[in-house]
Amino acid sequence: MTHPPVASNPGPKVRVVTLKIDDHDVGARETDSILEIAHANGIRIPALCYLDGLSTWGACRLCMVEIEGVSKPVSACSTTASEGMKITTNSERLKRYRRMILELLFAERNHVCSVCVSNGHCELQDLAAECGMDHVRVPYRNATYNIDSSHDLFRVDHNRCVVCTRCVRVCDEIEGAHTWDVMGRGVNCQVITDLNQPWGDSQSCTSCGKCVQVCPTGALVKKGTAAGEMEKHDDFVPYLAQMRKRQ
Amino acid sequence: MSEAKKITLATAWLDGCSGCHMSFLDLDQRLIELAEKVDVVYSPIVDTKALPDAVDVGILEGAVSTEEDLHKARMFRQRCQFLISLGDCAVSGNVPSMRNMFDLDDVLDRAFVENVQAQPGRPSESLPTLLRTVLPIHHVVQVDLFVQGCPPSADTIWQVLTELMAGNTPDPTQFTRFGA
Amino acid sequence: MNLEDLSDITEEVAEAAKSRRHCVRVCMAASCQSCGSGEVLEGLQAQAKQNADDDVCIKPVGCMGLCSAGPLVSVDSDQPATELLYQDVTADDTEELYRSLDDDPLERLRCRTDVPFFSRQQKIVLRNSGIIDPEQIDDYIAAGGYRSLMRAVTEMTREDVLREVKESGLRGRGGGGYPAGLKWATVAMAPEPHKYVICNADEGDPGAFMDRAVLESDPHRVLEGMALAGYAVGAEHAYIYIRAEYPLAVERLKTAIKQATKKGLLGRRICETAHSFEVEVRLGAGAFVCGEETALMASIEGQRGQPRPRPPYPAEEGLWKCPTLINNVETLANIPAIVGKGGAWFKSIGTERSTGTKVFALAGRIANSGLIEVPMGIPLGEIVNEIGGGIPDGRRFKAVQTGGPSGGCLPEQYLDMPVEYDTLRSAGSIMGSGGMIVMDETSSMVDVARYFMEFCMDESCGKCVPCRAGTVQLYGLLDKIADGEATPSDLELLEELCDVVQATSLCGLGQTAPNPVLSTLRYFRHEYEEKLRPESERMPRMQIVTLDD
Repeated sequence: MTHPPVASNPGPKVRVVTLKIDDHDVGARETDSILEIAHANGIRIPALCYLDGLSTWGACRLCMVEIEGVSKPVSACSTTASEGMKITTNSERLKRYRRMILELLFAERNHVCSVCVSNGHCELQDLAAECGMDHVRVPYRNATYNIDSSHDLFRVDHNRCVVCTRCVRVCDEIEGAHTWDVMGRGVNCQVITDLNQPWGDSQSCTSCGKCVQVCPTGALVKKGTAAGEMEKHDDFVPYLAQMRKRQ
Repeated sequence: MSEAKKITLATAWLDGCSGCHMSFLDLDQRLIELAEKVDVVYSPIVDTKALPDAVDVGILEGAVSTEEDLHKARMFRQRCQFLISLGDCAVSGNVPSMRNMFDLDDVLDRAFVENVQAQPGRPSESLPTLLRTVLPIHHVVQVDLFVQGCPPSADTIWQVLTELMAGNTPDPTQFTRFGA
Repeated sequence: MNLEDLSDITEEVAEAAKSRRHCVRVCMAASCQSCGSGEVLEGLQAQAKQNADDDVCIKPVGCMGLCSAGPLVSVDSDQPATELLYQDVTADDTEELYRSLDDDPLERLRCRTDVPFFSRQQKIVLRNSGIIDPEQIDDYIAAGGYRSLMRAVTEMTREDVLREVKESGLRGRGGGGYPAGLKWATVAMAPEPHKYVICNADEGDPGAFMDRAVLESDPHRVLEGMALAGYAVGAEHAYIYIRAEYPLAVERLKTAIKQATKKGLLGRRICETAHSFEVEVRLGAGAFVCGEETALMASIEGQRGQPRPRPPYPAEEGLWKCPTLINNVETLANIPAIVGKGGAWFKSIGTERSTGTKVFALAGRIANSGLIEVPMGIPLGEIVNEIGGGIPDGRRFKAVQTGGPSGGCLPEQYLDMPVEYDTLRSAGSIMGSGGMIVMDETSSMVDVARYFMEFCMDESCGKCVPCRAGTVQLYGLLDKIADGEATPSDLELLEELCDVVQATSLCGLGQTAPNPVLSTLRYFRHEYEEKLRPESERMPRMQIVTLDD
């Protein structure tokens, strides 16, 4: 049986704007973020906490871009487009900032790529190569973080976590379980399951594994993987997010 | 080509698995080409026992874990005009630095007491003085070029060396990365 | 409650005052309480009871300003010129002090009031502070309180109120210095039916206690300012976000809200009009970052107190996504006077770009530490050397730190500089919320920078990478330099890291965290360089940093 077409709510009218990203003239809706516009137009802006389909977090600060006439760089993920904007995504200054931010991340916890199950499939590792971060100048903190292997299928290694909160957001926004959250502050921040219970004891976890798939590093992994074997696929997120919106 | 014009090269192996040197040997027939332009004056793979006073290029594999490593790194810095950190241990500390998460005494006990059945006990000799923290080389001396990889492939090493011989400064991040 | 009722209360209080032989005011703000003013108050009250003197009033009041000389007791007049002020009063002194009321002043405890500390101040925000009983709404009303609100809601349009605030040139007193009128106008313009007013009382800068004193001494002034803000922008609900470490201020605020609501000055249909304004108190749980407006709102909503990127600004999308006006305590405390006396009057005080007065908390190596209110534009040196009484023990002045962990250290050459938002910023510091810490020649500026960096590191919420992982590295580098173990490359790294943390951090906490380092580097670079070792001795510190759990 075919249903008559239902007039969908057009929502508030959104204006279309034109702007310039590096040397490209692009058109976009004024509600789009600079990062979304750049990616839609094949312009790469490095980012770590951003993931298509999840809410904007604005915490990794790798997607900082310069807007002509604005003295401070802004995060591309949380800044929306406006008419006539002129954006630079890859100035020497921005490259320097990205390098340092990656150095800070590598020094903060214990990212030993060579023995990581995500070696070769890690966004942090790729970003280091992409941004030319070839050595870490600041001292390594050498702080010890826990590993929780209590879940039947998955493991969380906080030594490799960058606190991007993709797991927290996907669990809350897509799966609807809100098993993950963040505790502590400063460098003592840590993602936790339930009220900091072992993951295996979690009453809310549905074991769907979305958190593992969206995790950019080797922090959340499937058990039984050896070095370099953990490949992840996060392309389901935008699809599910879109389907959720239609409901 | 006269002998005097050859570039002098010294390499040393600090706290690492020697994999980077193995990778160097994996240059295979390219070693012959290299030997035409480069004179390896000091290395675990040659017989010379002393580092000359002045060397053009120094390559260090491995992290700084002992006082001996520290001494060697400083000596290389003093005597080599251009110093390269080769491999993840040299660049980032890598696997040797994983002991930094633990107290040094616990690490020694684990290695020589808890996991040993025959005559457990810390060795009284031939164990170099360990630093409390394992360090990448550039944290103790200035380093001019960083080549990541565990180990960096023979191709990577070849590319770095040929670029250097051509008088350019290579950018190893273009063809290698941490953990590669 | 209407204007007539307010006048009746004022008359009653005045009548009661006339029939009194003496009025003895005892400071019961946190500072004086902490050195025993509670016992002094009890002692004096006991004396009055013992002597059956119904015409002697012993009154608990708020902060009198000169905290370092507390407990303070003032007799009869409340004007510096005629005031009889006693300092360092103890419970043992009360009998003698009481006896002296009808006799010659007790010279032994007398505190001079003909000194710049008292004569150079100009009080708007602190006008009632140390004079009225903060727990008696009638006292505030008798001092002219709630008239601005009453007049505004009964005689002025919202636009009239907005115009006065805009005209006054008042800028945010919480640190940023954003024009209050502009912020108000933005919220007022928002079409949404639900709006909020928030008073930010999460004062957290080390060495700053302006807001605490205002709330402890004159809470109704802040409430009246909030109600005026609510009327002007069209908000009927408000929150005061106050740190739980200020229990006395919280208690007095709650009392004040109860009293004002009972009198119909807050709550449903205030002052017999259709406008409602309900105020709730929310306590902070000890996170400095919750003073940042987006983190503060997240905390009120029951979320983890951490900031989010702006825009959208709170004026557009704030508490529960509704347009929200968020102002600091001192900003709001200025409002009743601005609405009462007019924006033009306020603008005539201070300088062109920084109007009105500013409350400062003087602390550190200075003779008179305490709370002062001075007109904007006063030279920095006048605050330090005259009002503050200079540096004790014959030492030399070295620097004054303004703006707390977001501010900077200004050296001697800036003592002539007028204190304004823009002059301070161009000198590498900020006005901040009003903390002013004075340092003498014995202070090491590297230590100062390290101290503030440790504060920022501990208070980083951990959300964004530069602040979370950067401040901890900045602290480590400063620690290394302070201990004489750093090389020139460490100093270079320190400067680069400052740039990154400043330019890329998500919120004000991280963006301004490098300021104490940058300003000390700008004026005291030699102190850093003197501590460096040659590059050949490059060595990281052999320490293992473990998580504290």
